[in-house]
Order: sequence, then C-alpha cells, then structure tokens
Amino acid sequence: MSYAGVTPSARSRAMVRESRHLLFTVAPGAIWIIIFLVLPSVYLMGVAFMTNGPYGLPEMPLSLGSFERLAGFGFLGWSPGNFYTLLRSLWQTLVSTGLVVLVAYPIAYYISTCRDKWRPILLLLVVVPSWTNQVIRTFGWMNLLAPGTPLSSLAEGLGLIAPNMGLYPSNFAVTLGLVYNFLPFMVLPLYAAFEKLDIAQVEAAQDLYASPVRAFWHAVFPQTLPGLLAGVVLVAIPAFGMYVIPELLGGGKGMMLGNLVANQFSGGANWPLGAAGAILMLIATFIGLYAMRRIGKRLGGGEEVVI
Amino acid sequence: MTDTLTLEVADVPSAEVEEPTREASSIEMQGLHKRFGRDTVALAGVDLVIEAGEFFTLLGPSGCGKTTLLRILAGLEEADDGRLAIGGDDVTEVPPHKRSVNTVFQSYALFPHLSVRENLAFGLKMRGMPPGQREARVAKIAEFIQLGDLVERRVDQLSGGQRQRIALARALVNEPDVLLLDEPLSALDAGLRSQLQVELLRVQKRLGMTFVFVTHDQDEAMVMSDRIAVLNGGVIQQVGPPREVYEHPANAFVARFMGHDNLYSISARNGDRLTTPLGVLSVEAAGEDDLLLIRPETLDLLSGEQPGDNRLLATVTERLYRGSHAEYRLDVGQTTLQATLNNRGRRLPEVGDRVTVSVAPEDLVTLSK
Repeated sequence: MSYAGVTPSARSRAMVRESRHLLFTVAPGAIWIIIFLVLPSVYLMGVAFMTNGPYGLPEMPLSLGSFERLAGFGFLGWSPGNFYTLLRSLWQTLVSTGLVVLVAYPIAYYISTCRDKWRPILLLLVVVPSWTNQVIRTFGWMNLLAPGTPLSSLAEGLGLIAPNMGLYPSNFAVTLGLVYNFLPFMVLPLYAAFEKLDIAQVEAAQDLYASPVRAFWHAVFPQTLPGLLAGVVLVAIPAFGMYVIPELLGGGKGMMLGNLVANQFSGGANWPLGAAGAILMLIATFIGLYAMRRIGKRLGGGEEVVI
Repeated sequence: MTDTLTLEVADVPSAEVEEPTREASSIEMQGLHKRFGRDTVALAGVDLVIEAGEFFTLLGPSGCGKTTLLRILAGLEEADDGRLAIGGDDVTEVPPHKRSVNTVFQSYALFPHLSVRENLAFGLKMRGMPPGQREARVAKIAEFIQLGDLVERRVDQLSGGQRQRIALARALVNEPDVLLLDEPLSALDAGLRSQLQVELLRVQKRLGMTFVFVTHDQDEAMVMSDRIAVLNGGVIQQVGPPREVYEHPANAFVARFMGHDNLYSISARNGDRLTTPLGVLSVEAAGEDDLLLIRPETLDLLSGEQPGDNRLLATVTERLYRGSHAEYRLDVGQTTLQATLNNRGRRLPEVGDRVTVSVAPEDLVTLSK
C-alpha cells in the first residue's frame, strides 16, 4: 500500500488505523497461543533443567540430570530401555505411516473416480469413525483382538501367534490401532490432490510411450505428492507422540515415547525427566518436518511443497 | 527407426523445402463409431483416408466429434466400432504408448515438475534411448524451435507461446509417423497465433510428416490445410481442399460454418434461371439442388438503379468499414443480402443509397440443404 501524496498526519493516522486493525484481528489468537503454548513450553524447558525432588516435583538447583536419565544413565549404570522406547516410537511411526499411505492411496483415488453425488458420502464414511472418542474406538479394537475372539483364533489357527496369546496386547495391535486411527488424515489430503489431477498430463505421458505403470509414476504420482506429504505430516507427527493407543493396545510391551513422558507426570513421578522427554520429542518432530520439506523440494523439482 | 533428425535451424526460407527425411504414414479410418453414455453420439460412422505427408484439418463446431476422432487416432479413446490403420498397420486395438503417433494437446499438458529439457526428452526416455543420443536429439530440437537457451527452465517460467513451442517440440522430437494437434493455437493471442500458424506450416512441409490438426476456426483451417474435413454431429459433411470447401460447400451446414450467410431457397427453376427470394438469377450450372449461395466478395455494387440481367436493385442498410474492405448489408425486396467491397479508390456507397447489385453467373453456386 502506498501513501504517496498524502500529508504526514494523514499517513500516520492511516498507519495507526491499520495497526489497530491488525491488533484486533491477531490478538485473540496470539494471546491464546502465548498462554496455552508458549508459556507452558517455556515452563517445560525450565523444568527439564531442574533437579528431581523426593516427590517427583522439580526442585533447584539446575542440572542436566534428567537428560542423563533420559539417555539411560541411572543408579545402576546405562540401560537401553529408553533408547528402545525411542526406537520403537520411530519404528511404529514409520511402519504405521507407511501402511496408512498404502491403504489411503487407493481409497482416495477410488473416491475421486466416483460420481459427483457419491463422493461426499464416501468421504463422510471415511471420516465418521473419528467422530467417536479415540479411547472408545481403541477399546473396540481391544475387544476385537483379545484372546479367544474370532480374529485371534484365526491368527492362532494360521500359526501366526502362540496359543491363547491373542492379538492384543502386542506391537501389532498398536500398529493396527495407529493405522486405523490416522487413516482419515491421509485420505483427505490425498483425495484433494486426486480431485484436481490434470488428466491431460497422464494422457500426454501415455502418448509419449509411457506404459500405464510408468504413466502413473511419472504423471500421476508427482501430482499427488503435495497431498501425500501433507498427509504424512498429519499422520506421522501425532503418531510419534501417541499416548492412548500404545497404552491400551500395547499392554506395557508397546510403550512409545508419549507413554514414557506421560508416566513421568503420573505414576513414575519425575517431572524433570518427563519434561526432558517432551523436549526430545519436539526436537525429533522438527527434524522430521525439515526432512519432509527437503524431500518435497527434491521430488517436486525445486518447487516448494507447502506443509 | 534410424537417427535421421536432420532438422535445420528455422531460418531457412519456406520456399527451399527440403526433401522429406522420412517416409510419412497414411491413415485409414473405416466406420468409426463412438458413443458416450447412452445418448451422446460423438462419431456416427466416420470413413476417411488421410494421405501420407498431408496437412489435414478436422474442422467443426464444439461437440462435432473432431476431438474424439483425434483421441481415437492417438489411442486415448477406443472406438466402439470400426477399424483404424496407420501406415498400413491396423492399430485399432493398440494402446497409446505403443503407437508411433504423438499429440500436441490443447492445454499443452507439459509436466510441471520437470524442466524443459526433461519434458523434451520424456518420449525418448520412455522408449529407452540411451542418454547420450537423447541429449543430442533434445539439443537439436530445442535449436530447431529456437528455444535452445530455455532448456534448463521450469515449465511455469515460460510464456504461452514458448509453452506451445515446447509442446510441439516434445512431440516432434520422437519423429512420429503422425503428429496430432488438438487446437494447439487456441490459447494464444491473435498476433502470436498467426505467426505460429506460419511456423507450424513450415515445420510440416520441411519434415514431410503427416499432420492431423483439429480446429473450430475456419480461417485457420483454410490457411494451414492441404485438405479439410468438416464434421457435424459425428458425421463428415465434406472433405476437400480449402478452396473447394469454401467455394463449393456440400451443404448448408458447411456453407454457414465457412462463414457464408447469403443462402437462398430456390422456389422454381427454368433451365439455368432460378427463382429465389432475391429475384430471378442465372447460374452457370444448376443441378437439382435447392439452395443458392452467393459469396459476398463476388458481388459488385453499382451506384443508382441500373437494371439488367443478373442485377438486383437494393438499398444499403448497414456498412461496416474495415479498412482494406467494407461489408454491406443490403435490402433486396423482402430479404437481405451481404456484400463485401474491396477498398480501392472508388466511392464506397453510404447507408441509405440506392444501389444495383451485379453478380456473374459463374460465381453463383447451388447446394443441397
């Protein structure tokens, strides 16, 4: 906006008006974020660097003790427990995100090829389950996978699991729960990408001697990549920090980083350690986001893929 | 296929047409039918032979089936019935990626995630040409279309005209037997459009390749084509060289589509003398047809009332001055007539003037409804 040819006082009045306007529109959101995100984060960071008191509450003096404990150094020397938990979190995130992509991609494509009147209904069917509370849905899976249920009996019959063990609790149950829970977050952005797919590009690829498979890879996949990456971010980050599903379906065997952190604030009672774990998750998330941006840029031919 | 892309830089005058470097392919269509859904008939039995090395245009209004026909040639659409042969080989069932046919799409359909170079090399890469050879061919074609310095750019950094050229080059670089062009110039502004029309024509003559061009613009069709097929309702109305289609349209639809408005029903005939709403006119050869076509540019306007044979008395009701010529709307008895006069020094009649319209019998054409 240019104020050329306007008297200085008129210009400053306009600027005041504009900044007041800015204040009124941005302030509510900013205050919300400051109170409920920035301040708690700062507090958390402070707690992470304090000493663990006798009742699990943070005390002075400042120390790096909780980070040492997080890295596995305790009274009895180094133990790999926390390290395994981190690896398990990463692995669960990777596997479940990968599976979500494999399941969601064909679904999103199929919906985009349906008649106009069916598409909203099919999308609704994908989303509807997530209107039920996550805990309730997870209990549903517990009932489906517990020992003696048809699914568990089938797995037993096929020799996939030991007798009377059931499919739950297990790492498998956690993966299944994560895939099920995050499916809509992948289907929706992928569907948006498929819906605006430029068919002419696919036809051009076929016209230029690309077999159907190569036409998909060279003309369809690149067009859906922004949606795919958006979906990966929407799935992978919450999955990495997931607490409810590993808690309920993992049965103590499938503990992820989110559970480790949560335990420090409840049963385990070690606030500084929990805070240090939360910071670790935050850093891991940022590294993941940065990697996604790089991948998006490279595969998108230098184009910025907005995440 | 050998590496025979002997394209020269495009500054060679069009008169010095080189010997075509490769054998072009003819196209034979037999009874092609295509229907979309239950009710939409796109093609209702098309029989057509396109000669090797021809610049052939499919002309018609939107929805006439011209694009569907082109897509069937490309293999992107399958005909419900009929046969198609390219270069003598039946390709009716051959999928698009196995046809030696390339298309310039209306939207260009360039790959936005690839550079210009990668776009140009796409077809060669898909056919498994080694990278070294590929790069040489791409460099040659980029030079040929005078965009050699743009190959590293991304597609979204190009102007409309540049994109059009890249789309053309991306198809040409594969040296297809047949090049299909789906309204490739419709997105460009008028100046660029006529420039690219000339370029396209030169490229085709130089390469001697068979071009099948789709357009709804009859002027473009006449400028470019060796032969034109006019389509309507999925049926070919007429096939012929531009002059024939323009001067001797086969029916009223073709006449109207080629821009003719002076069509009059013939109510009675006496030898070569036809009775029409304009009056009685002599024609050179009157068949059993029931419509008379008068092309506006064949008319002469004489000032005042000068009755005679093949002369009509008229009043000027409208004049559109176009610089090089002027278009007239005239009242003749109960009906109207349009005339075009070249602007060459004579007095141009004004609105309201009484004039005498003179027409030569050999310029009058009859046609069927």
